[in-house]
Amino acid sequence: MKPTSHAFKSNATTALHDERLQRALGNMRSGFQDKRLAAIDKLPEFETLRDLGRDIKNHTLEHIDFYLERFESKVIQNGGHVHWARTPQEAREKILEICRSVDAKTVTKGKSMIAEEIALNDFLEESGIEPIETDLGEYIIQIRKEPPSHIIAPAVHLNQTDVEESFRKIHNDLPVDRPLSEPRQLLDEARAKLRNRFIDADVGITGANFLIAETGSTVIVTNEGNGDLTQTLPKIHIVLASLEKVVPTLDDAATIFRLLARSATGQEMSVYTTFSTGPKRPEDLDGPEQYHVVLLDNGRSAMLGTEFQEMLRCIRCAACMNHCPVYSAVGGHAYGWVYPGPMGAVLTPTLVGVQEAGHLPNASTFCGRCESVCPMRIPLPKMMRQWRKREFEKKLSPGTFRAGLGLWAFFAKRPALYQAVTGLAMRVLGRFGKDKGRFKSLPLAGGWTSVRDMPAPQGRTFQQLYRDKKRAA
Amino acid sequence: MPDMSSRDQILAGIRRSLGRTKIEGEQAEALTRRLENSQPNLIPQRAQRPHADQVRLFVEMAEGVQTTVSRVASAADVPEAVADYLKQHNLPAELRLAPDEWLTGLPWARKKTLTIKTGRAEEPDAVSVTPAFAGVAETGTLMLTSGPGTPTTLNLLPETHMVVLKASQVVGAYEDGWKKLREAYPGQLPRTVNYITGPSRTGDIEQKILMGAHGPRRLHIVLIDD
Repeated sequence: MKPTSHAFKSNATTALHDERLQRALGNMRSGFQDKRLAAIDKLPEFETLRDLGRDIKNHTLEHIDFYLERFESKVIQNGGHVHWARTPQEAREKILEICRSVDAKTVTKGKSMIAEEIALNDFLEESGIEPIETDLGEYIIQIRKEPPSHIIAPAVHLNQTDVEESFRKIHNDLPVDRPLSEPRQLLDEARAKLRNRFIDADVGITGANFLIAETGSTVIVTNEGNGDLTQTLPKIHIVLASLEKVVPTLDDAATIFRLLARSATGQEMSVYTTFSTGPKRPEDLDGPEQYHVVLLDNGRSAMLGTEFQEMLRCIRCAACMNHCPVYSAVGGHAYGWVYPGPMGAVLTPTLVGVQEAGHLPNASTFCGRCESVCPMRIPLPKMMRQWRKREFEKKLSPGTFRAGLGLWAFFAKRPALYQAVTGLAMRVLGRFGKDKGRFKSLPLAGGWTSVRDMPAPQGRTFQQLYRDKKRAA
Repeated sequence: MPDMSSRDQILAGIRRSLGRTKIEGEQAEALTRRLENSQPNLIPQRAQRPHADQVRLFVEMAEGVQTTVSRVASAADVPEAVADYLKQHNLPAELRLAPDEWLTGLPWARKKTLTIKTGRAEEPDAVSVTPAFAGVAETGTLMLTSGPGTPTTLNLLPETHMVVLKASQVVGAYEDGWKKLREAYPGQLPRTVNYITGPSRTGDIEQKILMGAHGPRRLHIVLIDD
């Protein structure tokens, strides 16, 4: 998809006034946050496991070329194929070539964020191959021609009525008066519709949550079983994964499993964790005859060794966006590309450029909740700050902002002057605001007071109070 | 070959970013040892209790994710338990049995009411019965491996999936499952290993959890107390 991250401000304003979206986002608290907390409470080792998960990923990233080569040789030993792609274009072309080799008409797909990143569906359609999303949320947004708004719950921005409307429009061979007001009815209809598509597809494409160097296996984690059918029924299974999905061993993956589902949906374990190792064996009764792994770089190798290397620990659980006050106010589409929320605010500028996506690292209150829930302990606020710095250095931020920051820097570098000026300002504001306790408007603070009142200061600065308290103690 | 060049360029880019050359010699040997003698990292306390406790935990955790469990005293009682379950849930007495030697060798003929086919799952099979490789107590997870006697479609296509598991197959942690697997399949894993924790579900419509998204709507374990 073409990024619209540069329009974050207007996207966000629209989202804040979209009543349907706001209703849908309202489900997120009980849906994600409370369940995560309950699941973690049941596992006393959770915090230690976070440290271990971080260490496993750090170790892997430091030796990632070694583990990728080992993974590749194992896949080949198992009878599969590995294709390396530097760019989205290389990945798309390789996938098309494999599809064409069996004259594929339809392709079923498990949910894959990398497929979104390389805009695979549009490309396949243009090439005369029909891609069919099989994850319920992805299926819904595919028929609505929308991008996902969340990395594990792509249709979280929609309500039941939106889905009903879309199903009535698309499934027009079914009776018009059929009842569809219950989620159960919608699910049963989608299940029935997709059943034959699974069976008839020529190729199944899935992403991967992990690549195991020890065994050459690829791993997907789902709750619906859709990705698992996608990789079992067609003649060809294509796995599309980015480089940093590799982990050394099955034991390392097990450690990260204990973090993934708990952080994502608050389940202790997702329903299906499926390991694929090569194509079907000669005596097997089912399974794909061909097994291909497409390894995408798309800027990851260049992130190594930089201040953004730690972002490559991300396991795509979505805990950061589930706990983000900005995400829960504006939803995922406002971010304007594939990856929303805090992880998107760090990753999107590396993948589409800070010029396009500079607003995203600024769309944060730096409250730090993302880092506090990240199972891989990724310092997301620190990295967003790095992007702000780069944006400033490249002179991409607006003039008034730069001038304001310059003015503030002038005082901040002169502590005595700074304290004198702020001390005076607090005294004045404290006196004027004493009666009402708040200001409805203030010069130079319109951005604040246009949407809420400014509480009146009590007359003294923090530093003055701090000095007094220290002296008293 | 264009593939070789992309491959080599990616690997060279990684090494450039990390400021080093290809890992060789002693360091490569140390990494290889880490791969070949893989050891578990931290295993939660709950997965380290004595075996009888693990079986109890397995059942408790499985039921916590809407798997149902019935227990029988011996393998010979399995056909009876399967027939009972189908009757209780008003399901057709027709099933697709995994062509596994041990499973097909159970006394199915004693249950005359059951219509039994063996093989991989096909539409519109409604019920499948399979063996399992192991049960993992820490989360009530079943571990199933593909093979000539255990096609993967049986685990995914029918609306009702029934799994016959011996209590002696229950292990504590995922890593105990890996250990068993490496011993049973030295050198190469089976094409598919499914860790299954409960029946299929989705929360994609307003985050309401519903069973039976694309995989089975019901998952039932017949546990043999051997």
